[in-house]
Amino acid sequence: MSAKIIVCRCEDVTLSDIERTHALGYTHLEEVKRYTGLGTGPCQGRECMVHAAILCAHASKIPVDKVRPFTARPPLQPVSLAILAGEDE
Amino acid sequence: MKSECDIAIIGGGIMGLSMAYQLSRAGVTNVVVLERGYMAEGASGRNGGGVRMQWSSESNVLLMRESIDLMRHFAQEIGVNVWLRQGGYLFLARSEAEREKMETNVALQNRCDVPTRMLSPEEARAIVPELDLSGIVCASYNPKDGTVFPWPFLWGYAHQAMARGVEVRLHTGVDAIEPSADGYLLATSKRETGERDTLRAKRVVNAAGSWSPEVARLVGLELPNRPHRHEILSTEPLKPFLAPMVSLLSSGLYFSQSMRGEIVTGISLEDHDDGSVKLGSRLGFLTKIARELTQLVPRFAELEVLRQWAGPYDVTPDGQPILGEPLPGFFLCCGFVGHGFMMAPVIGKRYAEWLSGKKKDPIFDRFTLDRFKSGKLEPEEMILG
Ligand SMILES: Cc1cc2nc3c(=O)[nH]c(=O)nc-3n(C[C@H](O)[C@H](O)[C@H](O)COP(=O)(O)OP(=O)(O)OC[C@H]3O[C@@H](n4cnc5c(N)ncnc54)[C@H](O)[C@@H]3O)c2cc1C
Repeated sequence: MSAKIIVCRCEDVTLSDIERTHALGYTHLEEVKRYTGLGTGPCQGRECMVHAAILCAHASKIPVDKVRPFTARPPLQPVSLAILAGEDE
Repeated sequence: MKSECDIAIIGGGIMGLSMAYQLSRAGVTNVVVLERGYMAEGASGRNGGGVRMQWSSESNVLLMRESIDLMRHFAQEIGVNVWLRQGGYLFLARSEAEREKMETNVALQNRCDVPTRMLSPEEARAIVPELDLSGIVCASYNPKDGTVFPWPFLWGYAHQAMARGVEVRLHTGVDAIEPSADGYLLATSKRETGERDTLRAKRVVNAAGSWSPEVARLVGLELPNRPHRHEILSTEPLKPFLAPMVSLLSSGLYFSQSMRGEIVTGISLEDHDDGSVKLGSRLGFLTKIARELTQLVPRFAELEVLRQWAGPYDVTPDGQPILGEPLPGFFLCCGFVGHGFMMAPVIGKRYAEWLSGKKKDPIFDRFTLDRFKSGKLEPEEMILG
């Protein structure tokens, strides 16, 4: 069942991928991100991070508010290179 | 959990893990790797995955050639796919001075059996038709260079070493190192809980990357390496079209297409150096790289940037690593600037040969801490960023 539950839609990371990562002892959110690629696609974790954080809290038996979100990577929204190069003005 | 070991490796980046893996293969398994953060927290989890044999010093050409050869068997050996893709590296020169250096380097690489060739701008465009080559005088191209996906490399090494009895202790930093009768006594603490512990080790390896000067200071050694922030970004994924890593020597711009289709790109950028590791992302990086990149590849103008991040280059005065045993039983494996990922397979192997008593490679007498005092330097010039 958990193989069919998608947690990160951008990178196709399933619940069972995350369970496997936790079973290896990688229960930190940053570790789950690096082990599975979760949160590194177009939405940059906006959809999946909360779900993943709850799963990490369960796995390491700590309250959810003690799970540190992974570092936000700029830009907030995808921006084209033309705009960044100043060619659009 | 071990309370005593033969070898304690401080730093669970690619260097520490490669060494641990190779030691375990050589039968030395009473080893503990101590990593202050999570796996892949340091430079090893933040790099561009470029692997190349195009260097200016003979030692680097030969070491990287061997390293890439080791990587080719990695999937089989370790059972992890590191997505090694040998699409080549294409370096572009803009001036006659750059052309001259390029020709010297290519001749050296050819003497080392690396098949790099000089190309005209037209020949370069035949490899990457999207390039706007105005102002480019020539290029060098080695089809055997390539890229890897860095993250699985780390798990691959770690899991194989652990399966043979090595302990990889994550979230555990080394705070103090005391010499003792039979080696060293390390004081450690857990980053999250502060929980303290000790570990006795006959020998200690400092593989703490950009943090290695801090670790060396725990035994009273001053190292000359300094951390330099290097920024990088990746874009939305595109259909695979780009085989080589492309790099412009004049600005240090480089870009490649990952196996996920994203363009991964970085560039040289000044930073203010106060000796601390800085990992913040800057807008100045985005605007500089956007200008350079859209000039070289006009079709990238519409491409959207998804994420930018930074990692520490561990920079030495001559661009070469710091190895060897400056104090009895205390070893250095640091100073890999911006090319430590591709060096790790071969350095780990040579280190394991030495520490397991098989043989000591001449690199351990050449790239010592002492060389900075005696002034015998052979600088590496092909460093980007
Ligand atoms: C953006 C970027 C792009 C790059 N691109 C490339 C590339 O294309 N090709 C290439 O080959 N190389 C590249 N590099 C360089 C490469 O990433 C590094 O040279 C390499 O990862 C260094 O590995 P390391 O194990 O020495 O250091 P690190 O990976 O930094 O590992 C050192 C570890 O030591 C730990 N540590 C520190 N202090 C302590 C302590 N007191 N106790 C316990 N642990 C401690 C840290 O947490 C860290 O995890 C790039 C680097 C960056 C930043």
